[in-house]
Amino acid sequence: MSDAVAPGKIAADIVAPPRAYRPGVVRRFVRHRLAVLGVVLIALLGIASVAAPYLAPYDPDEIDIGARYAPPLAENHLLGSDDLGRDVTTRLMYAGRISLSVGVAAMLVTLVVGFAIGAFAAYLGGWVDTVLMRLTDVMLCFPSVFLLLFVAAFVAPSLTSMALMIGLTCWMEIARIVHAQILTLKQADFIAAAEMAGAPAWRIVLRQILPNSLAPILVAATLNTANAILLESYISFLGYGIQPPQASWGNMLTNAQSDFQVDPWLAVFPGLAITLAVASFNFIGDGLRDALDPRLRRR
Amino acid sequence: MRRYVAARLGQAAVLLLGVSVIGFALMHLAPGGPLALYTLNPTVTAQDIERVKHLFGLDQPVYVQYVKWVYGFLSGHWGYSFFGGRSVAPIVLERIPATLELMGSSLLLALAMGVAIGIWAAVRRNTLVDYGTATVAMLALSLPTFWFGLLAIYVFAQVLGWLPAGGIETTGNGSLIDRLTHLLLPMLVLALVLTAQWSRYTRSAMIDILTQDYIRTARAKGLGPVRVLVGHGLRAALVPLVTLAGLQLPLLVGGALVTETVFSWPGMGLLFISALDNRDYPVLMAILMVGALFVVLGNLAADIAVALIDPRIRLSHV
Repeated sequence: MSDAVAPGKIAADIVAPPRAYRPGVVRRFVRHRLAVLGVVLIALLGIASVAAPYLAPYDPDEIDIGARYAPPLAENHLLGSDDLGRDVTTRLMYAGRISLSVGVAAMLVTLVVGFAIGAFAAYLGGWVDTVLMRLTDVMLCFPSVFLLLFVAAFVAPSLTSMALMIGLTCWMEIARIVHAQILTLKQADFIAAAEMAGAPAWRIVLRQILPNSLAPILVAATLNTANAILLESYISFLGYGIQPPQASWGNMLTNAQSDFQVDPWLAVFPGLAITLAVASFNFIGDGLRDALDPRLRRR
Repeated sequence: MRRYVAARLGQAAVLLLGVSVIGFALMHLAPGGPLALYTLNPTVTAQDIERVKHLFGLDQPVYVQYVKWVYGFLSGHWGYSFFGGRSVAPIVLERIPATLELMGSSLLLALAMGVAIGIWAAVRRNTLVDYGTATVAMLALSLPTFWFGLLAIYVFAQVLGWLPAGGIETTGNGSLIDRLTHLLLPMLVLALVLTAQWSRYTRSAMIDILTQDYIRTARAKGLGPVRVLVGHGLRAALVPLVTLAGLQLPLLVGGALVTETVFSWPGMGLLFISALDNRDYPVLMAILMVGALFVVLGNLAADIAVALIDPRIRLSHV
């Protein structure tokens, strides 16, 4: 009975990525100090946003006309208060909920749409391939800000619509990566070897194709999150995105031009929050690139 | 070579046709159609809407409108603005020089700085210089351009008072110096992101090249470091860098839009925002097309330049 293998062991063996792939990923990622800093910062921003109702000192819409334009480090307002006396710390935390959600949700949309289009084109080939990949080329001709504003002007702004719009204008890179990956992998020797060894299709997909195409997709997805946060801030800054009184980091800067005259700090903190979040995701993407794919690693 | 250029021209035309279809479809997908904003206005009667619809040809089937629009666009009649009724072509075309001035100067500045920083980082690979420039570049890529522009205006125009806060020139004073001082701040803000990208691409391209055998040969035969880097290294890096210049165009055009709105720079971006506020679809559509035209022609120029530089590429396509 010593030959018998527990069923759980087989399942674990199938689910686990190829052995050569896993070791060192975490170690290589941790060596990228800025990526680690990015993870810490995103975690902090995430916690502050998610737990805003419990952590925030005020209600985000609580108006206190007596305490307008309080400077940072003022008695009751750590980062000061805005033109209506609302607490800036509180509003930044609630705005983070919106801005980070839009960033992550838009990234998920780019993943789904990009993967679907790239995979369909590569698998089906023929005219489907031609049409879908030409569509990708056409979408890449639009400067994304133009296209996004064009659509944002007549869509009722909300978290969902913002995420959809940004996602639907930024999926092209993922589609191209998935397309190229699948085309290359279809011809790779180790796939043919796995087929000849009698591995079922699902096993090839799970153990050969997925681990080998995951790295560039994951990196692109991380960078897409950063880009989506930037785009959301710009659309909301111009007034076509998240509408006040609901706060987003972008719409907190809508009055930045006049805020600079009255109370420059009001215009500084939301911009810093955007920069921190975007830089963190960018650094994480950089670290993931180094960690996941030694072939792409910077020399 | 001629066949290669012809094939790429054909592809560019197909791309632009695709852009126009998507733009036109979006315009008509707008709830209530392109005139939605006016139906909400109580002073505009239903008869007015019908009259305007007829006037602009909006009562015809969409495909008829599209064919007419394409024909008009190709023959230089870009329709009439919903707002003010002027012909669209001159409204948009008169804004192009300002946008080109901003984009062109930023691109040149970014090119010079980015390539220099990239070579520096590649030569000092894995040193403090390399890590430092990489970190600064990543931070620059993460700054929201509009916020950084406003910050720059606050510091350099308001606090220090060295530079004007916006516009392309002081009214009544269009001297070269005056125009240059107006250009400086938006140019630097727009160039920042581009420089960051250029420096990173130049670095990785140069590192690929500097490990090649012929570079070692050049060094071994006693060439000075400048001649090795520029004559042998940069020359070989030209192909990926020219391709990047083409790929960067959507970023450049989009960045110009953002920068123009912050600095009240009277180019296409500022026009786009005001047309957006008025839901002036004929103008929006024209700007979308001109923006895409910039991108497509830029890519085409980059592809042709690459084919001219690198015979392998032009021969592989014959």
